[in-house]
Amino acid sequence: MAVRTFIEAIRETLAQEMRRDASIILLGEDVGLKGGVFLATDGLQIEFGEERVIDTPLTESMIVGVSIGAAVNGLRPVAEIQFADFIFPAFNQIQSQAARMRYRTNNALGLPMTIRAPYGGGVHGALYHSQSVEAFFTHIPGIKVVVPSTPLDARGLLRSAIRDPDPVLFLEHKKLYRSVRGEVPDTDYVTPLGSAAITRAGTQVTVIAYGLMAHHALEAAARVDEEGISVEVIDLRTLRPLDTETVLNSVRKTGKCLIVHEDNRFGGYGAEIAALVAEEAFDYLDAPVTRIAGPDVPGVPYNHVLEDWFMVNPDKITSGIRRLAAY
Amino acid sequence: MDVSANQPNDLTAPAASAGLTRDDLVGLYRVMALGRALDERMWILNRSGRVAFVISGQGHEGAQAGITWALRPGEDWLAPYYRSITAVLRMGMTPREILLGSYARADDPSSGGRQMPNHYGHIGRKILSVSSPVASQVLHAVGIALAAKLRGTGEVVVTSTGEGSSNQGDVHEALNFAAIHHLPFIYVVENNGYAISVPSARELPVDDVASRAVAYGIPGVIVRGTDVLGCYIAAKEAVRRARAGEGPTLIEAKVERLTAHSSDDQQTRYRSEEEIAAHRALDPLPAFRGQLRAAGVLTDAAEAAMTAEIAAEVEDATRFAEAAADPVVEDVARWVFAEDWPGERPPAWGFGTGRD
Ligand SMILES: Cc1ncc(C[n+]2csc(CCOP(=O)(O)OP(=O)(O)O)c2C)c(N)n1
Ligand SMILES: [Mg+2]
Repeated sequence: MAVRTFIEAIRETLAQEMRRDASIILLGEDVGLKGGVFLATDGLQIEFGEERVIDTPLTESMIVGVSIGAAVNGLRPVAEIQFADFIFPAFNQIQSQAARMRYRTNNALGLPMTIRAPYGGGVHGALYHSQSVEAFFTHIPGIKVVVPSTPLDARGLLRSAIRDPDPVLFLEHKKLYRSVRGEVPDTDYVTPLGSAAITRAGTQVTVIAYGLMAHHALEAAARVDEEGISVEVIDLRTLRPLDTETVLNSVRKTGKCLIVHEDNRFGGYGAEIAALVAEEAFDYLDAPVTRIAGPDVPGVPYNHVLEDWFMVNPDKITSGIRRLAAY
Repeated sequence: MDVSANQPNDLTAPAASAGLTRDDLVGLYRVMALGRALDERMWILNRSGRVAFVISGQGHEGAQAGITWALRPGEDWLAPYYRSITAVLRMGMTPREILLGSYARADDPSSGGRQMPNHYGHIGRKILSVSSPVASQVLHAVGIALAAKLRGTGEVVVTSTGEGSSNQGDVHEALNFAAIHHLPFIYVVENNGYAISVPSARELPVDDVASRAVAYGIPGVIVRGTDVLGCYIAAKEAVRRARAGEGPTLIEAKVERLTAHSSDDQQTRYRSEEEIAAHRALDPLPAFRGQLRAAGVLTDAAEAAMTAEIAAEVEDATRFAEAAADPVVEDVARWVFAEDWPGERPPAWGFGTGRD
């Protein structure tokens, strides 16, 4: 089995899928010769040519809107939004168009397209190169939202996303690109969309996370383990469709639920999980459902003191687990 | 219309007929040289680990100085972008203020250390805050111009973007509205031929962004960034039109990007060494300096004094910003609104809100 960084797993998977299926095209800003600002598409234009790896003008609405049209007419576009923060010029195309095509045509037309977008803070990117955008999109019926946290899942989930008959938003935490490596089998495995993973088994507190936070949650769980607190960690992997059974089974077992996300708290993705648990596992709860989330300021500030304040980290999660365990 | 096609050998007479004094010419050169020196300092600070990021104006100084020289600092508006270092200096930001931003200090007038370096802003100087999503300020600039017209303030509003950013839908919407209402608005495109790695042939199907002006029924003027006087003359006419209620102008300045896109970019991945070297020859600084020396406007003594002054100013700004204080966590949650919203505090058992 080969060891890959997160970004290597993504790059190789894009290449493998493009070799397998000639209808796949890539399009985005700087994805060609430069190979993308993070090098996720490095070398792909050389291998697949300028027709299949397209450097677009600096216009996100065009990137997504043209992907929709290409998907209508027999291609399988994989669009790159350079930073998730810049997806908003395309919001109209994603929310009003991509997400509704199948429904509004009464299943006459589906859109097999993937939108990849690097997201997340802790990289000195300030307000516009740090944002977590998932909650805007998980709110929309008609678009799947995927957030892998390991090279293994990045590959398996990207395959599923590209092969899926519907639009998928594939969010990649920038901090994972080069800091996380792991074993990736050479087989053509897929990780199905809509299935969460229990990445650590435990009995007293369930911690639910995704993306970078799935790593921080594991670190926090290992720390409190030394204090005798047994934590079960769930890496959601897909935010929509949500694997409700894995969440509910775990909380029914532990009776305590902590949701962790980097995105700000109010109306964040965690609110949906909290509501699910309150509605369907209320009788099993021994403590309030709680959240650790980014603070409600409009963006991650730049100065390192302020950025550290913003970021959810293993320390904050550890103290959250302790308080919940002691409740 | 490329107004820089025939640049004069001796610019004394054309400068005088454009209304520029010798002091103006020296002032133009000074703000360019200051912009360059400060920019070079930011790269040194970046490479030595003192500031985490720099995005540069090197190569754009001539266009920015020439165009903003036609404005009244403190009275007219500038909605800059991340390469606008020389333009914001001209409009009244100081080197100290700019480096406070690079160091993200509490007293950074742009954002109090909240935004990335080179996201300029100074409301007291009527310089709108830069936001990273490109071209988003163009509509704001048009709105400022609308208010100027309705309120009868006599202000002119200039905004600038790169040529890559000029393709955003917002730009079309902005020019369309500004032209319909004859707003006092000037859209400057600083065309350096690249949007990060993407050459302009892949960004737009025509050679000149200025040719799009025709679709809005407004003048589209092309100037070269090495032709500082030409940039000034084009802007002067655009300002005249704006103040006379004749409506917007699009000015496209052909410039060179003399650095990588930013400190995070490796431009040799997509640009050959030969091309980078060739573009160095289109540096506006030596070009304008040569013109001024030929015209006898810039003497050895004056230049030596200016160079020393600029070096001292940059040094002073560096020390000042280096020693300045970081913002404090106690203030970080402030100014989401004019007042805090007590009803929205997190529940007592909430965690990780940053306030516990
Ligand atoms: C909406 C948006 N998309 C993408 C980016 C990332 N980005 C920053 S600068 C840039 C290229 C800009 O090129 P151009 O407009 O030609 O200006 P230049 O940097 O060459 O002066 C890109 C793609 C961004 N800041 N905003
Ligand atoms: Mg450019």
